[in-house]
Amino acid sequence: MDITINILLTIATAATPLLIAAIGELVVERSGVLNLGVEGMMIMGAVGGFGAGYLTGSPWIGLLAAIVVGALFSLLFAVMTLSLATNQVATGLSLTLLGLGLSGMIGTSFVGQPGVRLPNLDIPVLTDIPVVGKLIFGQDPVFYISIALTAAVMWFLFKTRTGLTLRSIGDSHTSAHALGIKVIRYRYLAVIFGGACAGLAGGHLSLVYTPQWVENMSAGRGWIALALVVFASWRPWRVLAGAYIFGAVWIGQLHAQAFGIPVPSQFLSSLPYLATVVVLVLISRNKRLTMMNTPASLGQPFVPDR
Amino acid sequence: MSANHDGANLLEVRGLTKIFGTLTACNHVDLNIAKGEIHALLGENGAGKSTLVKMLFGSLEPNSGEIFWDGKPVKITSPGVAKKLGIGMVFQHFSLFEALTAAENIALSLNDGSPIGTIAAKARALSYSYGLPLDPESLVGDLSVGERQRIEIIRCLLQTPQLIILDEPTSVLTPQEADKLFETLERLRAEGKSILYISHRLEEVKRICDRATVLRHGKVVGHCNPRQETAASLARMMVGNEVKAVVRAPAEGIETAPALLEIRGLTRKPATPFAIPLKNISLAVRAGEVIGIAGVAGNGQGEFFESVSGEVLQQDAGSVRIRGKDAGALSITGRRLMGAAFVPEERLGHGAAPRMKLSENLLLSRHATDGKAFVSGGMVKNASVYSAAQRIITAMDVRKSAPDPEAAALSGGNLQKFIVGRELDRRPSVMVVNQPTWGVDAGAAAHIRQALIELARSGSAVLVISQDLDELFELSDAIAVMHNGELSQPLPIAEATFEKIGLLMGGAEPGHAEHRMEVA
Repeated sequence: MDITINILLTIATAATPLLIAAIGELVVERSGVLNLGVEGMMIMGAVGGFGAGYLTGSPWIGLLAAIVVGALFSLLFAVMTLSLATNQVATGLSLTLLGLGLSGMIGTSFVGQPGVRLPNLDIPVLTDIPVVGKLIFGQDPVFYISIALTAAVMWFLFKTRTGLTLRSIGDSHTSAHALGIKVIRYRYLAVIFGGACAGLAGGHLSLVYTPQWVENMSAGRGWIALALVVFASWRPWRVLAGAYIFGAVWIGQLHAQAFGIPVPSQFLSSLPYLATVVVLVLISRNKRLTMMNTPASLGQPFVPDR
Repeated sequence: MSANHDGANLLEVRGLTKIFGTLTACNHVDLNIAKGEIHALLGENGAGKSTLVKMLFGSLEPNSGEIFWDGKPVKITSPGVAKKLGIGMVFQHFSLFEALTAAENIALSLNDGSPIGTIAAKARALSYSYGLPLDPESLVGDLSVGERQRIEIIRCLLQTPQLIILDEPTSVLTPQEADKLFETLERLRAEGKSILYISHRLEEVKRICDRATVLRHGKVVGHCNPRQETAASLARMMVGNEVKAVVRAPAEGIETAPALLEIRGLTRKPATPFAIPLKNISLAVRAGEVIGIAGVAGNGQGEFFESVSGEVLQQDAGSVRIRGKDAGALSITGRRLMGAAFVPEERLGHGAAPRMKLSENLLLSRHATDGKAFVSGGMVKNASVYSAAQRIITAMDVRKSAPDPEAAALSGGNLQKFIVGRELDRRPSVMVVNQPTWGVDAGAAAHIRQALIELARSGSAVLVISQDLDELFELSDAIAVMHNGELSQPLPIAEATFEKIGLLMGGAEPGHAEHRMEVA
């Protein structure tokens, strides 16, 4: 029983950073902007979060710093692509490369240092309830943030006027501009929100997942988050499903490898990717729904003529 | 001046100027719109109508000039400011979001924060009171162009504007839908609202407008009362000289001529959620004749053209036959080699590569059919390509700024002349053209139409797909109508009337249409 609960807990820990980064990118892409710099923003958040936590001794300050660093780093992308109308793909890729290099440089003195870890939630009585107590009331704070964030983004996009406006910009920025909607302002806010989320996801890595600083510790999670958004056809609950499927298969194959199952480890390592793609392709079979949810102006630079 | 206004000006524009680079799109334009009048803004494509209107709606900033609203000077810096003043706009290229519902689209332009349900109810009530029924829950991507325009109009009316700007509103409507629109406009005028009506369709301007301002090359060249003018005199004001009428010599011996292009039971499933399926289309175009295909935009014309030209291949090779041979499984080049030529609707990106020179664009479409003339041992014969391009430029009177400019540097009309000329130059035995004169000025349009008729009379089969009924009546020997992916029997031009074609465009059964005619 305890093993099962522990496995479930590790699955949640593995899925949380993917979910947060992907939900942030989902909002960005719904506004019509493609930011391929998620990996870079995430690793900057990780190094910023670790550094602030290490220097102040407070994991909470570390988490806040991760969010701020991610948001600031995305601002660079926003200025380039929105104000200067550079190519979003190239700018996003260079943001990732810059983030990976810069974080390595900033983090040289942090390597091998003991980090601080965000404590898990512990509510007397509730957390001690057998079986479900730890799952519902005993996880790390970022887990709860990630679930609340997903619900909030869902509500924002599909229930609020501002969310409708954001989606309309993603559908056609020229139409939105013709109606007098401030396209660039909305996109700036969306990109910064996405950066803050990626930073938070990075902070989770260096303050919860493995509370230490290792170069390249994001290990491609930013790219997985990006793929999740597309395979989930830009729908928040599908992103959640995708993140948890990925997390579950990831943890599952680690255990399988530990048990020494006679299957090549390379194949096992590739399973999470395969499983996630297959499941998400299956749930987005409905072509019509997918087309409707795809932001039609995704990746196109917008230059209003005055 | 008409009786319907008291002389007070709602909007006054003085010396409005807009400069783009070296082009002066609007040059000291003056315009007065009185309360309770329908004011026409006339002009050819590129005369500056859209630029002027965008400045009135705040989407463009004028370089100089003044705007007065109700006698007070105003600066319209954004569409939001325009809406607050009471200016509403129905756009030519609709500013709707396809992936959202009608109600969501309407909500986006009202900044009052009321819930979508309330807005939907209001929109439904207003739409029925104006006789423009609308289902607020429907997805815009599923709607016809006419229905989309209703959303735009209702959206505009919900903002209770004093001045409504309509940019080419009837270019996408059936004649019957247009009648409905005119009723709505007359009712709005009776309610004391002012309307700025932009069009190049002179008959409808004569019918509903009280005054007209005519623009040419960005300048106001005259004001008039369109009811006292003839269509010809209005055209003369717009163009600056007489427009040559298209001459259609009677076609002889068509009945016995061989069918050069045959479509047999062409059926196609939709490729995307918003595409139209083609349903069992059959048609024969004989040597010597021009057949026109009418229809409201988005009824399958684009899909039909793709299937006929070979952009999309058919399962059934016999569903498209060129000069008596199956061509349904052949690519565009394969069909060209059989003697067919195609002019797609979209000029830039489909008909021509925007950043390539005219001579290079010529080579791209004809290297296979004219291999001997243009290519030798795998190398391009630049000199002969260049001289062929010059020949086309001269024959079609293409106006350009450089000897061999990039396609994108030409105006729409001139590029269209070049693209049509490029195909005509081959003397194809089958010619299929989609929207031959969309956005082309009157003089150039007449030139293109005349060239198509002459090609047919010299023994080729010509198929023209167009939304412009005037054009089809001018050049076709028979007109078929496409509605919702189905094609009607071609009506010989002698039997075709605007009313019959209009009913077919709206989806009435051909027999049913005849019947209603007789009753009427």
